[in-house]
Order: sequence, then C-alpha cells, then structure tokens
Amino acid sequence: MALLNVTSPHLHKPGNTGAFMRQVIYATVPGIAVLTHFFGWGTLINTVLAVLTALACEAAILKIRQKPIAFYLNDYSAVVTALLLALAIPPSSPWWLTVVGTSFAIVVAKHLYGGLGMNPFNPAMIGYVLLLISFPKEMTTWLPASGVTASTEALNLLQSLQLVFTGQISGVDAFSGATPLDTFRTYAGQPEVLDTNAVLHGLMAGYGWEWVNVAFLLGGIYLIWRRIITWHIPVAMLAAIFFLSGFFNTAVDADNYGSILFHLLSGGTMLGAFFIATDPVTAATSAKGKLVYGAGIGILVYVIRSWGGYPDAVAFSVLLMNLAAPTIDYYTQPRTYGHSKPNKGLAKRS
Amino acid sequence: MPEFLLVLISTILVNNFVLVQFLGLCPFMGVSNKLETAMGMSLATTFVLTLSSVLSYLTYTYILLPLDVEYLKTISFILVIAVTVQFTEMVMRKTSPLLYRVLGIFLPLITTNCAVLGVALLTVKKGIDSFLYAFLYGFGGALGFSLVLVLFAAMRERILVSDVPTPFKGASIGMITAGLMSLAFMGFSGLIKI
Repeated sequence: MALLNVTSPHLHKPGNTGAFMRQVIYATVPGIAVLTHFFGWGTLINTVLAVLTALACEAAILKIRQKPIAFYLNDYSAVVTALLLALAIPPSSPWWLTVVGTSFAIVVAKHLYGGLGMNPFNPAMIGYVLLLISFPKEMTTWLPASGVTASTEALNLLQSLQLVFTGQISGVDAFSGATPLDTFRTYAGQPEVLDTNAVLHGLMAGYGWEWVNVAFLLGGIYLIWRRIITWHIPVAMLAAIFFLSGFFNTAVDADNYGSILFHLLSGGTMLGAFFIATDPVTAATSAKGKLVYGAGIGILVYVIRSWGGYPDAVAFSVLLMNLAAPTIDYYTQPRTYGHSKPNKGLAKRS
Repeated sequence: MPEFLLVLISTILVNNFVLVQFLGLCPFMGVSNKLETAMGMSLATTFVLTLSSVLSYLTYTYILLPLDVEYLKTISFILVIAVTVQFTEMVMRKTSPLLYRVLGIFLPLITTNCAVLGVALLTVKKGIDSFLYAFLYGFGGALGFSLVLVLFAAMRERILVSDVPTPFKGASIGMITAGLMSLAFMGFSGLIKI
C-alpha cells in the first residue's frame, strides 16, 4: 500500500477554483435582482458588457503569454471580477465606462502581476477607482430608485439600452438622482432637509439601497454557509462601522453623522464586506490578520464617508488595506506547530 | 492640540510626500526591495527629515530673515541638509555598522532625497511660523514616507515571487504598483484642508 505524503491544506471537499468562483456568482444573484428591480435593466446590461470585455481581455493576454486559454477562462475568476465591477458601476453609465474599467482591471491590475493568485490589489476595485477618479460625473450619477416618489419608475429594457449606448432617453430630458449617501453628505447638519428627504427614508435606511444591501447580506451568508469565505473579514469590517457610527451618531451629533443602520445598509457596505474585501488573493491570510484587515477597511470606510471627499469609500478602503495586507501578514504569522513562538518581526528573517 | 493632530494626519495620509506629492521617489524605488533595508532607510530618513526640517526653519527664521537674504534659502537649506546627513552617517557608522553597510550608498543619497529639501522649502512656502509646527510637518512627512516605504517593500517581496511577464519584471512593475498605490491614496483627498 502506497502512503501518499501530501502537504497542507488538506481539503476534504473536492473542488477547484472554477467551482468556488461559480458559488460567488450564484451568491450575487439576489443583489442583482434587487438592483434591477430598483434601477432598471442597466445593471444587467453592464454585467453582460463587463463579462464579455473581461473574457476578451483575459483571452488576449493568455494568447500573448502563450498559456492555455480554455483552462484559465474556465476558472471564472475574470467573470467574478467583471461582475463585481459591473455591480459597483451606476446602471446609467455609458457603455465605454464599463469597457474601460473592466479592461484596465483585467490587464493592468491582474495580468501584469502574473494573473490569478498573484495580484496585490483587487482588480475590480482598481477598475472602479480608476473610473471614479477619471470620470467622476458619470460615476456618481445614479438613477432614482423606483418608487422613491409616486411617479418614479424603473427604466424598461429599451430605455436602459438607449441610455447605456446613446447617453440619452428619447422624451426624457434629465434622469438622475442622488444616492442616500450623497444626499446625506450634501445636507449633513440640516435636520429640516434630512427629515423630509424621501431618498433617506426607506423602511430601515436609505430608500432602495437598504434592500440592495440586505440582498448582498443574504448572498454573503450563503457564501459563509458554503465555506467559500470565513466570517472574520465581514464581521470585523461591519463591527468597525457599527461601533464608529454608533459612537458618532449617539455620542457626538446625530445631524452630522448618519445612524448605524444607515451606514450598514448604504452604498456598497454589504457588497464590499462579503464579496470584495474577502477576495482570498488580496486579503490578509491568517485569522488574526483577517480581523485586523477587516477592521481596517471598516474604519477607513467610516472615516472617508464622514470626513473625506468621496460619498462612498468601500473601493478606496479595500485598496488601502490591500496595500497593507502583506505587512499585516508579516506581523500576524501564526505559530508553526512544534515551535513555541510565531516567526515574526525583523529579527528572524535571514 | 487638535490642529497638531490634523497636521500629522495631513502630512502622513492626505498629502503624503511620496504618493500624493511625488517627492522622494528615488529611495522609494531604490530601497524597497527588502523589508529590512526599507525599515532601516525609513528610520534614517525619519531622523534626517525631522532634524533638517527643524534646522532649516531655524536657519530661515533666525539667520536669513533678519539679514534680509531670503533668496539664499535653497542653497542654505542644502547646506543644512548635507550637514545633517553627514552627522547621521557618522552616528550610524559607530552605532550600527550592519545597517550602515546595508544602506550603503542610499544613506549619503538622503542628501539628494527631494523630499528632504521639499519639506524645508514647503515649510517656508506655506508660511509656517512656529517651531512646533515645523517640527510636526517634517516629522509627519517622514512618518508618511516611512509608512508607504515599508508597505511598498512588503508588497514588492510578494511581487518578487509572482509570475510577472518578463518585460514588466523589476522596476517596471514597481512603478506600476506605486501608481496603483497612489490611486488608492487619492481616497484620502478632501479629508483635511491644510
């Protein structure tokens, strides 16, 4: 009988990258459905565009680098990157925005570093931040959520297509609305405006966005249940936002700082916590490292949202912690079995 | 007190000398291949930057201004910086020969680190008129430099073992990484207006 001597990790479950990535894709379905319900077909059109662009870019690079194309396309990692970017881009954005962002994400942020598993930054967030800095107007114009006022309806398929490919809808002059985070930023400190603004008053938090976040939360719980991600990063990140927003909302000033639920269920909080920050390549590795990493993202999200120049900060915070992740790993190395102390700090390296 | 904290946050994060003002890129690229050298370099630079910022402030306020020769500021700052670096080098040679050898040519090169001269000149340009403010400005700038240098070095150690396409190996992927880091640091813009 031959005893196979294999190294860790000893996975009990048969699985490969493609299977894991497909689970992530399934987990975004509720979020996509809610986004489509509130903002029309734009999200789906963006997703299709982004996925096609990502696959084309991935195939082109693999061809240039003379690697097996079908093998790497089958791991679905490019699809996940494209999907996450498409969910972050406003549904009303022109087609070229999605294409530029996705191709930059795949080519520069992923393949210049050697492809899947090597990239130090989350490719989708690099694409998002590039677009946000280069095209701030397009990236901050959201559609009004359907039903926020009595007359607001989501765009139908034809209108969405028109908006994405021509930039205007026949018969409608202007069609845009601020997100709850934007609205709160603009009117912070003016309770009389905040109290009456319909955008800010859904059932629990901002109108429409609360359900988007709840849907991504459900998807995230599914991912934890399927053991695709561990609980450390989302819990640390959400806990940091919870405590900071709780402190500033109750102890400092309720008019200038949004409530706990408002911060937890606005913008990209849940998408970021469960889908973006948990990217196993760019996050910290050990359990302790993951807690530090997640809490760092939460703190940065709250700081940039409350005092910074951008209404939402998930993308920036994830990137900033990405660049700290190797250092966090370096200082949170777990103890190796058989050794009394963990190998960390400057002294042990030779 | 809060304003001094703001000066520190501003110089470390919002107006980071390397990633936002693009000063001191030469040591940022040159010494970031290994984490230990990066740590040593950041310690040395922190010391030099803080000291030279304070000394140039004193030189400007108590020598150049009373004599009415502000136009000599660049050359006198260079002199002050060169003296400070030489002093650091002598101290380091005696106290830590290993670090001295590891840093090698980069230690004298702090003299030409544009962040050091940049801090001195910016102190004057911003009209900073208190000793403590000048000290914090230099110290914060140095902390910001050290922070990104160490983070960058840890990243580069990881990039070194990844399968980077041949034309992008070494300094080129380092430049791209620095650019992407700078993209991430744009998130701090607007945090503090100083």
